[in-house]
Amino acid sequence: MLKGKKQIMKARVTVSLKIDVLDPQGKAILNALNNLTFNNVRSVRQGKIFDIILNENDIKAAKEQLEAICEKLLVNTVIENYHIEFLS
Amino acid sequence: MKTAIIQFPGLNRDYDMTTALKKITGYLPYKIWQTETTLPDVDMIVIPGGFSYGDYLRCGAIAARQPVIQAIRKKAEKGVMVLGVCNGFQILLESGLLPGTLMRNISLKFVCRKVKLEVANADTAFSRSYSPGQIIRCPVAHHDGNYFTDKKTLEQLEDNGQVVFRYAKGDNPNGSIHDIAGIINKRGNILGMMPHPENLIEPAHGGIDGRFLFTSALGIAS
Repeated sequence: MLKGKKQIMKARVTVSLKIDVLDPQGKAILNALNNLTFNNVRSVRQGKIFDIILNENDIKAAKEQLEAICEKLLVNTVIENYHIEFLS
Repeated sequence: MKTAIIQFPGLNRDYDMTTALKKITGYLPYKIWQTETTLPDVDMIVIPGGFSYGDYLRCGAIAARQPVIQAIRKKAEKGVMVLGVCNGFQILLESGLLPGTLMRNISLKFVCRKVKLEVANADTAFSRSYSPGQIIRCPVAHHDGNYFTDKKTLEQLEDNGQVVFRYAKGDNPNGSIHDIAGIINKRGNILGMMPHPENLIEPAHGGIDGRFLFTSALGIAS
């Protein structure tokens, strides 16, 4: 690696509704699945995925930055949780 | 009597609000674009309804991170009245100027009709022209008006009388917790509400129930 040049880091942020928050869309999908005779499906919760590419070498710094990104924009912490994973 | 309307790409109720403010105050409001970092001296700042940024990410989420929001925050700290209607309410919540959030309607349907509202607190600058418990009519038009917040915040809102408008019994169009239609901040100068008072201000609208909200807030004879 060249000195001073930053590596590419790929991350996936998964945003899901908190467990005690009602998810009407997930419920509608569940009903549709049951109508399609997938009768053993008991629950569906809908969420979002963000694939993010950063110029960063330090995984700890990247994680901290992604947490700030989640708290400041991607996630509404009143109703949503998030999970960060690195893909490469 | 000076007012300002904040504009974001995708809002579509700004013209209705401009017309209402012109009719009620006699003057056109300033139109303020989202990139402005300072605001003129006004008595009230209004964020109208619509679909800012196409409701991308979450309703109001992108608009709430634009430069003008800091300018609104500064004015609000000085006590300037701020009103957010529909998407404007969503933007106030996303920017943290009011607590809680608005989720998808429990029916999953867009609702566009007149609802009955109960004036839950007639002791605010915005609602003092109504009587406590008065039932008024007001149009709603939204897909994401289902107010939600955590238990502790909900208790605080109720204890402090911050719930200003509630959907009248049996007329909750979106599943809002405690039938909440509009809330105010603790200080009492920032009101957010899903219904559209600007669409019921003259007899041609079929009623003037919404007009009193503006005359209350601006301290003008109705």
